[in-house]
Amino acid sequence: MSAAVTAPAAGAPAASRGILLLLLLPGLVALVVTFLLPLLWLFRASFASSAVGTLSGGDWTSEAYTTVLFDPFYWRVAWNTLVLGFNVAVFAVILSYPIALFLARTQSRFRGVLTALAVAPLLTSSVVRTYGWMVIFGDRGVINSTLQALSLTDGVIRLTNNSLGATVALIEILMPYAILAMLSGFGRLNVQLEEAAAMLGANRLRVFTRIVLPLSLPGVLTAALLVFVLAISSFVTPRLMGGGRVFVLGTEVFNEATVTLNWPLAAALSVMLLVLFSSIILLYQRALRALEV
Amino acid sequence: MQNTSMLGRVAWNTLITLLYLFLLAPIVIVFIISFDTRQYLAFPPESFSFGSYVKVFENAKFISAFWRSLAIGAIVGIVSVSAGMLLSLSLVRYKFRGKAAVNFLILAPFLVPHIVLAVGVMLVIAPIGLLDSYPGIVLAHLGITIPYTVRTITMSLMAVDTRVEEAALVHGASPAMVFWRITLPLVRPGLIAGAVIAFLISFDEATISLFIVSVKASTLPTEIYHYLEYSTDPQIAALSVILILISIGVVVAVERLVGLRRAI
Repeated sequence: MSAAVTAPAAGAPAASRGILLLLLLPGLVALVVTFLLPLLWLFRASFASSAVGTLSGGDWTSEAYTTVLFDPFYWRVAWNTLVLGFNVAVFAVILSYPIALFLARTQSRFRGVLTALAVAPLLTSSVVRTYGWMVIFGDRGVINSTLQALSLTDGVIRLTNNSLGATVALIEILMPYAILAMLSGFGRLNVQLEEAAAMLGANRLRVFTRIVLPLSLPGVLTAALLVFVLAISSFVTPRLMGGGRVFVLGTEVFNEATVTLNWPLAAALSVMLLVLFSSIILLYQRALRALEV
Repeated sequence: MQNTSMLGRVAWNTLITLLYLFLLAPIVIVFIISFDTRQYLAFPPESFSFGSYVKVFENAKFISAFWRSLAIGAIVGIVSVSAGMLLSLSLVRYKFRGKAAVNFLILAPFLVPHIVLAVGVMLVIAPIGLLDSYPGIVLAHLGITIPYTVRTITMSLMAVDTRVEEAALVHGASPAMVFWRITLPLVRPGLIAGAVIAFLISFDEATISLFIVSVKASTLPTEIYHYLEYSTDPQIAALSVILILISIGVVVAVERLVGLRRAI
């Protein structure tokens, strides 16, 4: 805290460089050590040769990438990841849209409470919420026992240990993010505009498709992007809901990093995930620009 | 016309209610199942008791992991806010070359998936023997919390009227005194909000923690994860309810103290 003590409160732009350096140093060191260095080291490690639980320094080799590119298993993993991300993004956005629209325009005095309720799940660890879905979808869980009590099924419907369970759980877990993204993107929605259109003779469907939907599209796009990138990089929910039978990039990275201890392979898979992640964000920025023109 | 709009209203409200139910379903179900005491997961609960809660408090593994999570979260909160305060001061009050680069470095962690960062941090701290240690997990959590603390503190700092500080300087206060007596009290809501956010992120975080800790420095979310790999009994439900109540308690307490909404 010695830096803070000497900090000039109403610092003029020309204040001494020494103080500025002292202010910047602790935070920058922390970010370099916990963010920049790990990313650089990850990149380097993805080109190291594999040895269990260690990294042999020295030579650069593309061994890990060759493994990934020529093993059909990893192509399937990549495909599974994209399918999971796509399904989760589409459904999370569809299910969040009405809630966000409702919250954006409700006059209810419970608006604050309802907004808090919609995003409160964010305060709960994803492990805990995944457990909630294990209880709902389990073989003796809520859905199966209800169906059996109503004599609608004899046996057990398998809802966990497959990608269906993982998909539904991820949709619910990521919905608060979609709602938040949409709420902050719905600023351009304007009730007066809709009233004007209605007065000029547009029916409700037309008001929605011609005014509400186009104006809310940037928010929807942001929500879809956010949910997609969070879904493709998730591993706790696919691992627990999938019971080891759902293979996505996240679960494989975790497996290589902590179980088989093939660190170069874990690093190479992470780099690929990062590339996928960044290209989608770039695509999104272009799409957003196209929308705004 | 009146009828169809009435019908539309009812349909719309029903839809919103159903969507809320879906969103809150896992939390509600966990709450219900936490009063069951069977050794295995089943629905509906057979009994209504606090047996599972008692079991959680008798589970030494969970209790020690809880205290570790609490300590790690507190340290992460304090360090993250201190570093964030200094970074915010330099960003709000100074013009300097390379500011854009610093800004980018602060925002960049938002653009990298946690799992990728987790592997990177693991690879960096493994050779220096920090895997499964307190310094290791604190370092790992700092990278993802500093961007949040910088954001909340920067916002409160920008709202501070610099003329108040200038007036104090003119009247003879030293810069250090101005910082302690004027600036710091004025940004206190931002500091508290930043610390709470950093604490909650660290306390709830599972992805990065699972790569960094295993036995000695395990946190509560990682203990729950490993437990769930083998068993899903109601004990976890009771523990989940306790965790949810703690998160809500922290948020409500801070809201009462400083007004969290204002601070964020």
